[in-house]
Amino acid sequence: MTRLFRRTCREAAALVIAREDRALDLPDKIALKLHMLACKACPEFENQVLTLRAAMGKWRNYTAEEHEKH
Amino acid sequence: MATFEDQLVEHRMYLMRFAKLQLRNDAWAEDAVSETLLAALSKPQTFGNRSQLKTWLVGILKHKVIDLIRSNTREIAAPDGGDENSSGNDDDELDKLAFKADGHFVDPPNEWGDPHQTLQQRQFFQVLDACMERLPPALGRLFLMREWLELSSQEVCKELSLTPTNLYVQMHRARLRLQECLNIHWFGQRSA
Repeated sequence: MTRLFRRTCREAAALVIAREDRALDLPDKIALKLHMLACKACPEFENQVLTLRAAMGKWRNYTAEEHEKH
Repeated sequence: MATFEDQLVEHRMYLMRFAKLQLRNDAWAEDAVSETLLAALSKPQTFGNRSQLKTWLVGILKHKVIDLIRSNTREIAAPDGGDENSSGNDDDELDKLAFKADGHFVDPPNEWGDPHQTLQQRQFFQVLDACMERLPPALGRLFLMREWLELSSQEVCKELSLTPTNLYVQMHRARLRLQECLNIHWFGQRSA
């Protein structure tokens, strides 16, 4: 594999978190996908980021509002 | 049957929670919520049912909150650090995740399990609320301007006089802090 698409976990985690706020460019996208296939830790980190994203969506749309009724 | 005024009072606490989290200033939050309720009182016939009323109130509240942010820009500073010239930027925050010299995780990230299951649990959202409250005020405000007010990146940069890079760095910082907080106060407890 060429170095162009090689990323360390540190770099992959940075891309996963960056992706929440901006679109990644194509080489980064491909590199991230390849890294995820080969790595056990980074998919867990990604799951955390995606869970937070989903949680914020639900929180924002106040479907979780039931918790204010005791 | 509850009068319209009663219904508004019922929603007040709910609106205050969002306003306080976003503004981080109780007096401003009171102002924003009061103005929102007054706006609703002036047109009681507009609302069909409870959830329509709630949606409308939240929409108005967001406008009032944005007005307050705009009229208090001098007091609402952007979070410190994260400029291009404070070299470390988001790398500092990533370092807290602890990587070895070769770029691998020292400890693999916690397993959070199935997001759907997590989001079914009311208590999770109480912990999320508490974690957002724990963000430093300037950082919390910035994060919620994107996530609750749903302002665009450009709008947030304009309101807080930030560069796009600076905004991204701060957003990373907020997300990582929230994940860390959820790790400790929600996911950590459960796997222990």
